[in-house]
Amino acid sequence: MSAPKTRSREQAYRHDLRGYQTGFFLAALLTIIPFALVASGTFSTIATMWVIGVLGLVQIVVHVRYFLHVDLSRQRREELYLMLFSAALVTLMIAGMLWMLFNQHTRMM
Amino acid sequence: MNIVVRPHGLTWVAGHDHDHDRIATTLSGFWLFMMSDLIIFGLMFATYVTMLTPESFAGGPTPKELFELPGAAMETAALLTSTFTFGMASLAIKYDRGLSKVMLWLLVTLALGVVFLALEAREFTYMLAEGAVPQRSGFLSAFFGLVPLHGTHVTAGVIWLVIMLIELNRTGLTGPASSRIARLALFWHFLDLIWVGIFSVVYLGGIA
Amino acid sequence: MSHGFCSLIFGRLDVESLDFLKAFFHPGLNDIILSGAAWVVIVGAAVTAALLTWFRLWGPMWSKWLISVDHKRIGVMYIVLALIMLVRGALEGVVMRAQQADGLHGGFLSADHFAQLFSTHGTIMIFFMAMPFLTGLINIVVPLQIGARDVSFPMLNSLSLGLTVSGAMLVMISLVIGDFSTGGWSAYPPYTEPNFQPGVGPDYWIWAVTLAGLGSTLTGINFVVTIFKERAPGMSFLRMPIFTWNALCTSLLLVFAMPPLTVAALMLAADRYLGFHFFTNALGGNMMNYANLFWQFGHPEVYILVLPSFGIYGEVISTYSGKRLYGYVTLVIATMAIGFLSFGVWLHHFFTMGQDADVNAVFGIATMLIGIPTGVKVYDWMATMFRGRIRFSVPMVYALAFMVLFVLGGLTGILLANPPVDFQVHNTLFLVAHFHNMLIPGTLFGLFAGYTYWFPKVFGFRLNDRWGYIAAFNWIVGFVLSFMPLYAVGLMGLTRRAVSYTNPAFEPWLHVAGVGAIFITAALVSMCVQLYVSIRDRELTRDIGGDPWDARTLEWATPSPVPAYNFPVIPHIHALEAFAVAKGAGLGYQEPVSYSDIHLPGDTYIGVITAVFGTALGVGLVWYMWWLAWLAFAVIAVSLIARAVLGDRHPVTIPAAEIKRKYRAWLEVVRATAPVTRALEWDYRNHGVAAAEYTKEAAE
Repeated sequence: MSAPKTRSREQAYRHDLRGYQTGFFLAALLTIIPFALVASGTFSTIATMWVIGVLGLVQIVVHVRYFLHVDLSRQRREELYLMLFSAALVTLMIAGMLWMLFNQHTRMM
Repeated sequence: MNIVVRPHGLTWVAGHDHDHDRIATTLSGFWLFMMSDLIIFGLMFATYVTMLTPESFAGGPTPKELFELPGAAMETAALLTSTFTFGMASLAIKYDRGLSKVMLWLLVTLALGVVFLALEAREFTYMLAEGAVPQRSGFLSAFFGLVPLHGTHVTAGVIWLVIMLIELNRTGLTGPASSRIARLALFWHFLDLIWVGIFSVVYLGGIA
Repeated sequence: MSHGFCSLIFGRLDVESLDFLKAFFHPGLNDIILSGAAWVVIVGAAVTAALLTWFRLWGPMWSKWLISVDHKRIGVMYIVLALIMLVRGALEGVVMRAQQADGLHGGFLSADHFAQLFSTHGTIMIFFMAMPFLTGLINIVVPLQIGARDVSFPMLNSLSLGLTVSGAMLVMISLVIGDFSTGGWSAYPPYTEPNFQPGVGPDYWIWAVTLAGLGSTLTGINFVVTIFKERAPGMSFLRMPIFTWNALCTSLLLVFAMPPLTVAALMLAADRYLGFHFFTNALGGNMMNYANLFWQFGHPEVYILVLPSFGIYGEVISTYSGKRLYGYVTLVIATMAIGFLSFGVWLHHFFTMGQDADVNAVFGIATMLIGIPTGVKVYDWMATMFRGRIRFSVPMVYALAFMVLFVLGGLTGILLANPPVDFQVHNTLFLVAHFHNMLIPGTLFGLFAGYTYWFPKVFGFRLNDRWGYIAAFNWIVGFVLSFMPLYAVGLMGLTRRAVSYTNPAFEPWLHVAGVGAIFITAALVSMCVQLYVSIRDRELTRDIGGDPWDARTLEWATPSPVPAYNFPVIPHIHALEAFAVAKGAGLGYQEPVSYSDIHLPGDTYIGVITAVFGTALGVGLVWYMWWLAWLAFAVIAVSLIARAVLGDRHPVTIPAAEIKRKYRAWLEVVRATAPVTRALEWDYRNHGVAAAEYTKEAAE
């Protein structure tokens, strides 16, 4: 194996390693913030809920990007479309379900 | 090959018995399976949320009374770290860092998975002892439908890891073995992703 | 033996639950029918076993079929299962029609028995007739249409079949031991909760549906990947035959729509077995959520059932009109649109459940939207026939009946999509008429068309057409007579699932429906006769050339019956309807330039193990025989893990020389066979080689 190729392989390793480290760091950060908020009770309940929700969604994106390695690149198009399709369906199902069941709930009360 | 056949519809040419990438094909299948599983979790989450009403608490314990931040934080830490250590194992395979390194990282992942399960088991035992049993209320049924479902998945992952470690120890890092580890890695990261939903919706949402 | 020990082994099973003895305990017509059905199952199984022994067929059945991973053989086994279940399901329908025809006078069945009948009828027809049938056809046809050697995961395919069979076995066992659910095919709680139905019935339903549902999910995964990854070179997405497109959409629906059913069934199981409160009246359960989850599966399920038949009609209409499919791209778009929209309409199954008018309106409009792509399809089929040279073959008769009847049923569907109308006819026989009007022409006729169309491809000889026409006639007349009157009595207010009624105005209509049931029985008989006659005359109707209908897609470009490896070499595809284009250029039968060795997966025991121990698992769970359940589960788990670790230990390699010899021999025979024109299509002179008649102009 030639020297430059070895070096580029080493670089690729570094690059991949940094990906996992970044992911881990971001995930930890996005976990600690909501836990700290809830523990301290700084904000009102509603505001805290919003922060938890938004950070949770961001963290899911972080996991998909850095651990499942699904990004916008061409090679991962298939998985990306599959995930987006599944996400669309699951959103449709959950949204419809919550809308309907809570609607019934308010009408019964 | 100088056969000039004007392509009318179809031509028969040997050698294209595509010896295509089996690993990619099996990974695609596994992705689909996970997305199917995602629907299951999605519906369990939605069911859980619809059970967060006073009627579904049915006079029993509420999330605020049941859940504690430190327990959830420790479980999260264990699982989150394990997903990182699994990533290290994947890297060790990808860059040929040697079998022992792969097995070491997988062992660490396994240990963290077991720690997670032990913490979860402790939490459930505590809840059951408090009388927070699934038979108590619709809310508790939904809780024990959702969170242990994730726990069962982690258990399956742990068993899978043990099998993989035995296989690696016996046959070394063969092609099929690394293909299976690639799928297990997807599964493991996916479970962590589900856990993000659980700690956000169930624990933090319940305590906040 | 102490009682405790007995219940440890037999759970809650006792002599009282043996249905085949009931007639001796309580000799009345109702129990005689009940026991009679049980005896039919027992005697049928015994006779089958005896025949297999007599003709020494156990060996071949085991080695050629049960452990095979060949997608064509797995497909055939699915269809055999479906046909057996069809006989049971259809006869149950006939008994119900007879009961209602006599219902003014109370009829001859007990209410409980009638309830079991409509529950098993629905469960069987959906899960164990239609789904195995369409899965079987997809299995046989899709890999051939896309030019693949096999599916992506052959072992998984066998596993799926095993799971489906074990579900079907549970339903059959419920006929012999214990009762089935009386809660309908949708098993709504709270009626299926233990305080209302403490027996084993709903448990049979839960495990049958869960096992079969798992099998279907895996089938869906398998076929999505197969269609994505195994297409022959040159077969881009927009060169895939229309049946493959519909199969792809169906498979996607299986992957994403089966999970809600699994969730609903397992939550119900948690309620029944562990005392959870997901759907109970008390302690904060939410029974509406069951209806919600069930129909999140149930509505896409409708399209799982109907899309494969749409695909079959596409192939059939184009073939028997001698024309390229009109509006191929619009059909593809319509298919995918239907697939996606089908996830957004489930609420129309419970407009009356108490949500406000806004929610109902949104889902009502979404429902009506599905009519648009479906309409596109109907017009495309009509335009395909327009100026075609139509042959009224048996599949075409089914297709034409479908087009008329399905549009009619679709119109009643648009009516039902209006919440105000739905409030009036909800839970009446109008609804029963509607969905039979969709599913019999829309699914069943399509499956029969596909069965007739592809039969020679699988077995190498054609089905008898005379008996085919007789069967089709009986099915169509029987359907119209059985279900059109139900619209009327439904509007008059007869609720569904009624064992008897008091309004004499219903009676004449239900008598007509009863006559329809006689025609349907005749149709079943005709199909049996057709099969017998066809097998008897098989030498006369040999399909040697593999292309008896002058068809257009890739599966007809290979010998019939198809060899295990499907194609001598993997074809390169240069056009949509590639085979028709090649035939038009006079290049239908080319000799490959060279051959190479073919590798095929080896046999597997996984399918048989899952079928046997899956059934055992179900029986153990239903009857609380925990040792059996754990044992069966452990056996399945260990064999799956062992198979995964060991891999395929006996892959088969077929040498290039052998393939070359066989393919050349076949080409010789084809050249020696006289081509026939379409006028002789059903003649004994048709041996599967099509004369170039009007393929040329039609191909362009």
